[in-house]
Amino acid sequence: MSAVEDVVTEAPAVEAVPKRAMTLGTGTSVVVLLLLLVVPVFAKNFVIFQLTQLLYLGLAVLALNILTGGSGQFSLGQSAFYGIGAYITAVMMEQFNIPYFLCLPVAGVLCFGVGFLFGQPALRLSGVYLALATFALATAMPQLLKLNFLEPWTGGVQGLVVTKPDAPFGLKMSQDMWLYYFTLVVVLAIYVFSVNLLRSRSGRAFMAIRDNEIAASAMGVNVALYKTLAFGVSAGITGVAGGLSAIAVQFVAPDSFTITLAIQLFLGMVVGGVGWLPGSIVGAAFIIFVPNIAEGISKGLSGAVFGVLLFLVIYLVPHGARQVAILGQQFAGRLRKN
Amino acid sequence: MELFTNQVLAGIATGAIYACMALAVVMIYQAIDHLNFAQGEMAMFATFISWQLMQWGVPYWGAFAITLVLAFVGGIAIERILFKPLAKAPVLTNVAGFIALFAIINSSAGLIWDFTIKQYPTPFGSSPFLGSQLISTHQAGMIGVTLLMLVGLYFFFQYTRIGLAMRAAASVPESARLVGINTSWMIALGWGMASAIGAIAGMLIAPVVFLEPNMMGGVLIYGFAAAVLGGLTSPLGAVVGGFLMGIFENLAGTYIPGVGNELKLPIALALIISVLVVKPAGLFGRHIVKRV
Repeated sequence: MSAVEDVVTEAPAVEAVPKRAMTLGTGTSVVVLLLLLVVPVFAKNFVIFQLTQLLYLGLAVLALNILTGGSGQFSLGQSAFYGIGAYITAVMMEQFNIPYFLCLPVAGVLCFGVGFLFGQPALRLSGVYLALATFALATAMPQLLKLNFLEPWTGGVQGLVVTKPDAPFGLKMSQDMWLYYFTLVVVLAIYVFSVNLLRSRSGRAFMAIRDNEIAASAMGVNVALYKTLAFGVSAGITGVAGGLSAIAVQFVAPDSFTITLAIQLFLGMVVGGVGWLPGSIVGAAFIIFVPNIAEGISKGLSGAVFGVLLFLVIYLVPHGARQVAILGQQFAGRLRKN
Repeated sequence: MELFTNQVLAGIATGAIYACMALAVVMIYQAIDHLNFAQGEMAMFATFISWQLMQWGVPYWGAFAITLVLAFVGGIAIERILFKPLAKAPVLTNVAGFIALFAIINSSAGLIWDFTIKQYPTPFGSSPFLGSQLISTHQAGMIGVTLLMLVGLYFFFQYTRIGLAMRAAASVPESARLVGINTSWMIALGWGMASAIGAIAGMLIAPVVFLEPNMMGGVLIYGFAAAVLGGLTSPLGAVVGGFLMGIFENLAGTYIPGVGNELKLPIALALIISVLVVKPAGLFGRHIVKRV
């Protein structure tokens, strides 16, 4: 190959999303919140379980969104952090009898640590190279969880059964319903935290790095620190999501945390709109319900139907749910003028 | 020492598979500037077509040639129909498109040819090569074909007008358009060539891993890793990366205690990442200077 170095103007892989466009307006937020509060009261237990699933997967998609949409780094290793979080929660609950609400923060903090450390070598990599590194983490995780010397805690290949917590204070509420509201509170708290994080100085640093790393460092942003920090925060939130999933599913096993999960989370992010935090929940809905719909249309060809549906979505709205939201906003604005 | 030599030889033999696939990966990367996750499935589908042709009584080389043409046309068709409309969409949306394509091809192949494992013939025979038990004539043939493709690609890119045009379209699309290169069709051509190379890889790999819809899953991962290790811009790097990958994997499995078949891949990947941390553009990749 020639010794001449290519000089290119860096085009960011992730488009710039203005800060304001990353969240919902106050009115819409209140409507969504009310819906999330009221719907379970009228739903069956299975539907409540699915809604819980929607919330914690949405949280995992949100975490990826902070990393990719916020700081412009790409990860296929989210399933690893999700698995670590799930396992920490399950092991603490079952082997050490620690109450579930104390396990989640521990899972979050430990995953933050793992993510932050993993971010260090990953600093030198970007784009496909980073994707490959995180991919390696994702393929290693199920094998690591199966390791023999961890078996007394993790239960090896068989995994661990987790007891579902009862509603506290003698509340007359089914376990599913309680878990739903518990998850909702955790997810909302993290959502508010994330929105504020991206509005803060650190959030602006993330976005500066995403839009142009060289310019960011010229402006005095500590690129290395903020890139690893984004990895850490994303991993921490993913860990909490994993912990919630362990409690809701009542079971953890190494093979639930394969690369397939990481790919699903990635699809969720694209469908929801990269860099648009509220889209995470739309993305989660896509990865939970669309495979079921595809199976309903054709059992033998469910994969193909899923692929076609995915193509339809990205043709119609290449920018995901965010595009729909923007179109809706413009439409509402026009109605108001008339 | 003998164990070491044997493991290296066996590594080269499996490395040939990865090198083949990595070459296809680099090809598409040159043309479209990102990795195609559905590449392995496209190769698998092409291999199935050649298998079907042989079932209908077409001789091996006939089926081989027909499949190459079909794969080339199919690659161009996929680009024109599915991905050209996405040209202006964000990169990540394109990646989602690759995943969708993966699902569609995998599931259709499963429906048409079902998921049972099929034998696939080899034109080179499978007796030991030069008296060595470790490399069969098929694997030697595979190494030969890979090197042949490498030389062919080198000449195509260095010495033909169309190869030059493709390189120009990939590296500086705006300037390429200004000098009259139809960059849009260059991308389609890149897809076609990558698809044809993938088909060759698939037909060479199938006798080793057996033919079934999921046969390419593992191979493609190694192919990606090999291409990245060698540097995504260099076909030579891809081939070297493929062989190194096979050797790494075998040596890790032999010498590091407690590494079963399952941990081979993560360890090989970890090694690659350590290489990338030192040389972020891969072993043979060009260093790209970015400006604000």
